[in-house]
Amino acid sequence: MSAYIIRRVLYAIPILIGVNLITFVLFFVVNTPDDMARMQLGAKRVTPEAIERWKVQHGYDKPLLWNASAGGMATLTDTIFYEKSVRLFAFDFGNADDGRDIAHEIRSRMGPSLALAVPVFIVGIAVNITFALLMAFFRATYLDFWGVVSCVAMMSISALFYIIGGQYLVSKVWHLVPISGFAGGPDAFKFVVLPVLIGVVSGIGAGSRWYRTIFLEEMSRDYVRTARAKGLRESVVLFRHVLKNGMIPILTGAVVVIPMLFLGSLLMESFFGIPGLGSYTIDAIQSQDFAVVRSMVFLGAVLYIVGLLLTDISYTLVDPRVRLA
Amino acid sequence: MALIYNAAMMVRIVALAAVLAWLAGCGDALWNNPYPTASRADNTLYTAFVERPKRLDPALSYTSDEWDFIAQIYEPPLQYHYLKRPYELIPLTAQTMPTVRYFDAKGREIDSDSPPEKVARSEFEIRIRPGIRFQPHPAFATDAAGKPLYLSLAETEIASRHTLADFPSTGTREVTAEDFVYQIKRLAHPRQTSPIFGHMSQYIEGLRELAEQLRKDNDKIVAAHRERYGAADKGLPWLDLRAYEISGVSVVDRYTYRIRIKGKYPQFMYWLAMPFFAPIPYEVDQFYAQRGMNEGRNITFDWYPVGTGPYMLTENDPNARMVLERNPNFRGEPYPSQGEPGDAAKGLLRDAGQTMPFIDRVVFSREKEGIPYWNKFLQGYYDRSSIASDNFDQAIQFSVEGLARLTPEMEAKGISLSTSVATSTYYLAFNFFDPVVGGLSDRARKLRQAISIAVDFEEFISIFANGRGIPAMGPIPPGLFGYREGEAGINPVVYDWVGGKPRRKSLEAARALLAQAGYADGRDSKTGQPLVLALDTVARGPGDSSRLEWYRRQFAKLNIHLEVRATDWNRFQEKIRGGNTQMFFLGWNADYPDPENFMFLLYGPQSRAKTQGENAANYQNPEYDRLFARMKNLDNGPERQAIIDQMLRIAREDAPWAFGYHPKDYTLSHQWVYNAKPNQIARNGLKYQRVDPALRAAKREQWNQPVVWPIGLGVLVLIALAAPAVVSYRRRERTTAREAP
Repeated sequence: MSAYIIRRVLYAIPILIGVNLITFVLFFVVNTPDDMARMQLGAKRVTPEAIERWKVQHGYDKPLLWNASAGGMATLTDTIFYEKSVRLFAFDFGNADDGRDIAHEIRSRMGPSLALAVPVFIVGIAVNITFALLMAFFRATYLDFWGVVSCVAMMSISALFYIIGGQYLVSKVWHLVPISGFAGGPDAFKFVVLPVLIGVVSGIGAGSRWYRTIFLEEMSRDYVRTARAKGLRESVVLFRHVLKNGMIPILTGAVVVIPMLFLGSLLMESFFGIPGLGSYTIDAIQSQDFAVVRSMVFLGAVLYIVGLLLTDISYTLVDPRVRLA
Repeated sequence: MALIYNAAMMVRIVALAAVLAWLAGCGDALWNNPYPTASRADNTLYTAFVERPKRLDPALSYTSDEWDFIAQIYEPPLQYHYLKRPYELIPLTAQTMPTVRYFDAKGREIDSDSPPEKVARSEFEIRIRPGIRFQPHPAFATDAAGKPLYLSLAETEIASRHTLADFPSTGTREVTAEDFVYQIKRLAHPRQTSPIFGHMSQYIEGLRELAEQLRKDNDKIVAAHRERYGAADKGLPWLDLRAYEISGVSVVDRYTYRIRIKGKYPQFMYWLAMPFFAPIPYEVDQFYAQRGMNEGRNITFDWYPVGTGPYMLTENDPNARMVLERNPNFRGEPYPSQGEPGDAAKGLLRDAGQTMPFIDRVVFSREKEGIPYWNKFLQGYYDRSSIASDNFDQAIQFSVEGLARLTPEMEAKGISLSTSVATSTYYLAFNFFDPVVGGLSDRARKLRQAISIAVDFEEFISIFANGRGIPAMGPIPPGLFGYREGEAGINPVVYDWVGGKPRRKSLEAARALLAQAGYADGRDSKTGQPLVLALDTVARGPGDSSRLEWYRRQFAKLNIHLEVRATDWNRFQEKIRGGNTQMFFLGWNADYPDPENFMFLLYGPQSRAKTQGENAANYQNPEYDRLFARMKNLDNGPERQAIIDQMLRIAREDAPWAFGYHPKDYTLSHQWVYNAKPNQIARNGLKYQRVDPALRAAKREQWNQPVVWPIGLGVLVLIALAAPAVVSYRRRERTTAREAP
């Protein structure tokens, strides 16, 4: 397995270079260094001289990808792309265009994002699996029928509706939790309970339907019939056999998102005033802060690669037939 | 059965744990209180911010989002009177208003009323109050021998410190004239770009030369540093600005300094009321420049500002919360005892002579979305709020006379409304370099006048601003010198004075002007082709479609086909800079309350396409420019008013803008907030405000009692949903194989 992991890590390097290059090209197709300077300096009384000064101070006064005036390797290295990208591979994110340390920002925002995302993830999976198992257990009955109808209805409703409706009822009308805000430590509970509830409820429809399909497919297999024929209780059949064998598709979807939990949820964090990473990239795109955009895209790509690797490894834990070599 | 039993047990355990954690977390009768219970009776003002401030450095910050914070922390020499209107400058850290002396080209002092062209330079002498002290900060901490404790730390000593609180000792010192001069030099600092450097270097003698010298010396320092530590290293050594002289700025004595200005520039007085000219201690600059301070810590001047004002920033988390607390070293300042008529009746003079600030702590919470912001205000968790369009009907209703008043719901809560017209102007600009709508020809002028009549800004205000605005009659907004009320102030090209108020001219008048311009019924009389005009605008999504459609309808009234070219902000600005537009909407917020700050937007040499100035329409009229050059240096008085009237006549006739509207700000305050008066220019208003924490606590208690029955109902619903499943499960488990008949 070690050789497999090392190989996958080496594969990641060209992928990350490619992601970085695409991010760079897409960003600078829309924003020029002059635009970035104007955004940072404000709309008033900005002189061409001030723009040039800003570009020099922030390292945006060089060619983007190819420095024709330089010689040798400097044609590639004396460019904005090289200077802004190479340090990322050492996880040195540098400073945002407003001067703030990006690593510090990521560290301070990661906690609130996890405080919201981890409970939503864990409780969501538990609730979805339970609900899906129940529907599978009562398959072809009115309980299954109405369960599926409910799932379709819940899938069809926008996440924004759950958020606004939840805030209106639970916070505004019933005064049970704060509408928005965040605090560290145990005080975080009262701020995250509603977003977690909404996150779980809004995910039940899609999650449960998907898991139900997986479980129904498993329940039609011969080993389940054999288990029943042996006289096993239905709960044992479901939990020990169906659930275990249905884990591979569940893990495919679930484990890959675990590292992404760090990146937070844009909508939830925005509406509930949770100071997480969800809106960091969007804010940076709006303020044309390339330093933050490239750092967050790079981090997202790294986490996604890690997630895929963890997924592969998890297969070996739930299915002894899988061997990584 | 075991499945259901286990699930039920699980639900019970989770529910119990949740309730216990909730109770532990809340510990408060008000479950929806977003603040710690212990702060319930604190003398604190609670407010919100939407956009995170990018900078908190007085040499760099130039947006209202940033000034809302730093204007409470930094104190320039002057400030605006809190209550008086028109806006009036008064001393803040200055002991008296600066004295201004004028000199001719030979260096001889001349009278203040000498013609501006004879003034070669002006000299502002500012005497500051003795005894002003900086807020506590580690940069001022000294040992028993008076040696600074934290100004020459080794990198290893910094490594273990992550916030400013990790420096246990603090100190302070008295502000001197040197500190003001140091900040002026910071405007030319080569490692940062002050947004006003370009403008100020045209006026302050020696500022440009200083910048050049600093740049050269800094280049040497940076080169040496990179050789030693590598190009990526961020810990550049401190650039001690005290070692540099600036020819136009000098320290006279411990409390007095002088600034020499090229020519006559009376508006410089307004700049002295901005944070750009607040005192900055060199020690703090030196402290933050130490190697390692910004390595993953954000211990920077931007993050931890240091000022002399009534408040200091004690918590800086721009993603969630910013907290200002009373500066223990603040000298105190008396609340004004004079205001404008009506202020006493509104209770705004009740605290006259009392020492400010009144509030101990100001908590700014970040609210990116309008719905939570508004609801928290209604619950009493924010003390003041503006009104978003979505909530406007809930808060405001209009009387039959068209006056805005609060809805009964707001009145029942004791909320009060204050309104004020912003010192801003929004307009539709015609590019003067465009061959169709631009230029001073009669044909183009009449076309612009016709469009100015047809674009119904009263309707725009009603539809898109909930009636919050007044139509503009010229570039100058109300409240500034030069603005005239009543019939004398209307734009006669667009309005008639009927029944004691302005009335937009009829479409027939517009069509007649269009015909005179050679576009009868929207067709070019020479070619017979329909008139097609282009409007460049910024559009971000489907939400803009109604606005864009409204634009088209305004032009369709004259049978002009409008082609809307929607684009993003960058491209929009680029087109304006290049003069590649025909028409576009734009706005301007006042820097200071002087007509020059609006009239210069039409000054020829400020042409955006030619000089990258602020005249975005590229309007050129030699007579207007001549009058502007005369008007800008005059003191307010009849002569200046007469010139402004003349300039307005020219601008209205030429119609380089369809003068749009001046927005009106509506602010709601709870009954426990006192002394809240809108001020469109100054941002340092927190020190004047007062709250009644006991009343607020009582009202919050009254408005936010938790309603617990939905929890019980929710449990019952879950049981009701689970019951059929349980019954069905049990029935299935007990089912036996059917006996053979």
